[in-house]
Amino acid sequence: MRQQLKIFVGSAVLTLLVSAPALAADAVLYNGAMQHGERLMLADVSSSNTFNRNLKKEKDPNAAPSEDGYHDPENEGTHILQPPKDAYPGLPTTEFGNHVDWVKAIDEKKLSPRWDRVNSSEEPFVMDMDIVREVKASVPDVVFPHRQHTEWLACANCHPAIFIPQKGANQINMSAILLGQKCGVCHGKVSFPITTKTCSKCHSKPKPADWSPPLSDATLKNPWR
Amino acid sequence: MTSYKADRSIKWRFSILGVLAGLALLAMTPAKAEYADVIINNYADAAGMRPVVFPHWFHRIRFRCKVCHADLGFQFKAGGNKITMAKIIDGKFCGACHNGEVAWSVENCNMCHSGIPGTPTHIHGSTVQRLVSPPYKALNAPQQPAQP
Repeated sequence: MRQQLKIFVGSAVLTLLVSAPALAADAVLYNGAMQHGERLMLADVSSSNTFNRNLKKEKDPNAAPSEDGYHDPENEGTHILQPPKDAYPGLPTTEFGNHVDWVKAIDEKKLSPRWDRVNSSEEPFVMDMDIVREVKASVPDVVFPHRQHTEWLACANCHPAIFIPQKGANQINMSAILLGQKCGVCHGKVSFPITTKTCSKCHSKPKPADWSPPLSDATLKNPWR
Repeated sequence: MTSYKADRSIKWRFSILGVLAGLALLAMTPAKAEYADVIINNYADAAGMRPVVFPHWFHRIRFRCKVCHADLGFQFKAGGNKITMAKIIDGKFCGACHNGEVAWSVENCNMCHSGIPGTPTHIHGSTVQRLVSPPYKALNAPQQPAQP
């Protein structure tokens, strides 16, 4: 088994090495292609199809405004703006989003953003209540923690427009979330993104040992079942 | 199991798997620019200004979401707030803080209006943007006439 592992890792590294110059060339081509005054369409901004090696690569997280691809480097103001890397040291890190764990930063008192526009002594109304949502599929059930959310948001931000504050009143599914509804109003846009690394942040409560998938109505009505 | 070492086809299979894993690693290169930056280009292009870039990270260090999204009435939608300079100078939206008292005032045009001209309104790095690719449109295509 060890030898197979060696071959596996060896060829993976070789692939990375072989494609490195090609990637660099891509980057040069992309930078060269944008002339001043040329219109940047949504197709350029979209990072869809990142699996295609021939498309643009975005490599450096937390790039300075002048290098991030949408700030205009010819604008004087761009160079006055603070680069994210200057502000992030000391904050807990993650592997996604801003690469900063904002909730943990507040919990560890590394950060204390104001709750009021002018009064820095006002404290948020934190409600510590977990909501467990049983998921029909075999993935772990969802635990929604009110505490982390009320640290940042007011009740009226979510209730009743996005979530009806009543058990069983909200139909939520991943398609809706990925398309920007329900949890997706924030998650996947400004709060932690929806990637394979973040599934378990919500789907965090293992199914009971005797769990079996629910049967469909059609199956239940089948007289020959 | 003992014949694994001698079996060449298995070796090949593992090297192909390795190459695939390498390619997958390449595809997972992290985003370059800052997650959740909002580019707002409702009126800027038409007015001959650069689009506005709003850095969520910068404001989040200083204020909780509630301040802008509950107290100041910002909708949870990129470009959904119809912000104009008149409203800002009137003390609404950005103008609630960017008035020279809480934060620097509106004279610093190019600190907000700092986007590359022509960049459409969007949130940088959003999942919707990664999932839904817009239909192909040629660069420098003629602008659609405004709806009456």
